[in-house]
Amino acid sequence: MTDRHLTVPASVEASIRHHGEETFPHECCGALIGSGDRVASVVELPNTTEEGPRRRFLVRPSDYRLAEQRATELGGELLGFYHSHPDHPARPSQFDLDHAWPTFAYIIVSVMAGRAADMTVWFLKEDRSTFDEGTLNGDQNPDSHTAPAVHR
Amino acid sequence: MATRILIPTPLRPFTDKQDAVEAEGKTIGELLADLTAKHAGLKAHLYNEQGKLRSFVNVYVNDEDIRYLQKDQTPVSASDTVSIIPSVAGGVDVMDDVRGVLREAEQLPTLTNEEVKRYSRHLIMPEVGVDGQRRLKAAKVLCIGAGGLGSPAALYLAAAGVGRLGIVDFDNVDVSNLQRQILHSTPDIGRPKLVSAKEKLQALNPEIQIDTYETALSSENALKLFEPYDIVVDGTDNFPTRYLVNDACVLLGKPNAYGSIFRFEGQASVFATKQGPCYRCLYPEPPPPGLVPSCAEGGVLGVLPGMIGVIQATEAIKLILGVGEPLIGRFLIYDALRMRFRELKLKKDPDCPVCGTHPTVTRLIDYEQFCGVTPAAPEQSSMAQTSNAGELTALELKQRLDRGDKLRIIDVREPNEYQINRIPGSELIPLGDIPKRYAELDPDEEIVVQCKMGGRSAKAADFLRSVGFKRVLNLKGGILDWVDKVDPSQPKY
Repeated sequence: MTDRHLTVPASVEASIRHHGEETFPHECCGALIGSGDRVASVVELPNTTEEGPRRRFLVRPSDYRLAEQRATELGGELLGFYHSHPDHPARPSQFDLDHAWPTFAYIIVSVMAGRAADMTVWFLKEDRSTFDEGTLNGDQNPDSHTAPAVHR
Repeated sequence: MATRILIPTPLRPFTDKQDAVEAEGKTIGELLADLTAKHAGLKAHLYNEQGKLRSFVNVYVNDEDIRYLQKDQTPVSASDTVSIIPSVAGGVDVMDDVRGVLREAEQLPTLTNEEVKRYSRHLIMPEVGVDGQRRLKAAKVLCIGAGGLGSPAALYLAAAGVGRLGIVDFDNVDVSNLQRQILHSTPDIGRPKLVSAKEKLQALNPEIQIDTYETALSSENALKLFEPYDIVVDGTDNFPTRYLVNDACVLLGKPNAYGSIFRFEGQASVFATKQGPCYRCLYPEPPPPGLVPSCAEGGVLGVLPGMIGVIQATEAIKLILGVGEPLIGRFLIYDALRMRFRELKLKKDPDCPVCGTHPTVTRLIDYEQFCGVTPAAPEQSSMAQTSNAGELTALELKQRLDRGDKLRIIDVREPNEYQINRIPGSELIPLGDIPKRYAELDPDEEIVVQCKMGGRSAKAADFLRSVGFKRVLNLKGGILDWVDKVDPSQPKY
């Protein structure tokens, strides 16, 4: 467990969820901009992976530069990135671990059957051995109140 | 001749928060070597274990990627600006978190026409489909125990077409099992559970392979037994075996579909995946022996293991298929009386002694000792042939009562147990009430304490002696031995 936490206002959380639903069944990705442990805004970035966007995302160097520039323009800093896991849980994969950068916050949103579900945040351990799960503060994700499906 | 290097945000903690630093070198290779010599923390993030630049680390000289120049050998001078620019990548990789459960499609067995018919309700769902059913056919699941949890879990796993199902058990079917252990039937009483289980499961699905292991799971055999399987379904009813199953799963990297039951409450989770927590992250230490009663002592609602065992089977199947949200990092608590599910978030504990960053448990240990349980359980009625100091057997008690000895028999069980059977003349004082009611007893009279099997009464005897009672005897083997040896007309439970 880590003490690290990330505050994500409801509007920002909604943007990430919406982005994940919009690109479903492909993965979405974007940058988290803010200061300290508070995300103020997100920048949607194109998923430029060539390995199949259903299971992979890639932010290319030019877009990374853009994200840092945007952070400077907004008077904040680049806090990390978010991406979606279509039809998979909001837990980091070995692939995520292999490609992770230190100090960044990694938000993962699970998008199940086109609807955004769990959202989690992760931080790479300094020895790169694994991720520590952090705590997401802000508006809690309310349970959906849709009527249960009728079973046959 | 120093060259300026721009440092990206995530690496600045390693350069004293500076966004640009200087280093020396004639080529990129030399420059980065000097950089990592000056800022040692950078090395692990820039280079992989083979000493090559990581694929997601991009190095630019001015605006040119060194991959398109001369890579490591690209010359640099003081007038150049070198930038380290991250590529940020990631994605889904279920194979990793359920290590080895999912197989590549080409390695999967094909389905026969018979199997296509049998599993047609699976095949028409896109989440399972032909590939999913082939994954199930290729999957190997080991059930620990063919009892309350193992029965429903094994039945549904067999029905779903899990290709190889292993079961570990060493018990025989007892009539008291049948209230919940639905793999076994009344004609099976007295037969080994494995024989009965294999018959039922093979009749349900002749297409699958069922392997039975008639042995008590131990630190000596666990790793060897688990090795061939992808997932372990823990249906054990005691702490030493539960810790043993957990640790063996962590050591081997096999997910543990966990379940436990007590009275009206059930629990389930998936432990020991790579990123997820294990049982020890939740409970690093076992409870003191005797504090948490077993189902044999505390009872269990017969239908409860049906619910929990089926959840375990569901989780195993989801891991095999790689669909949905597994119960990893979530601890599900089911209350049958209120008919409510609660969920606790669990996190992997970096200090966990077995799955943490610096594990202290790196091989299987003595779990009986770890849980403070002595291997030769004093509660076994078969052991009640001879008595030690402070104990007497059922036959000895009968002889002394027949001789007319004046003995006060205190039954320390619960009132509902006392209703089922009792030793004539015994008085009921439940174990929990002894500390406040022992004044009702005379410290000088001879007292026999008794429970179901001898465990609780041993505690009562210890307590009475500690407060000054001199002549306390524990009935070895409890009322079960009394019914066996002295009064077979009474029921057993």
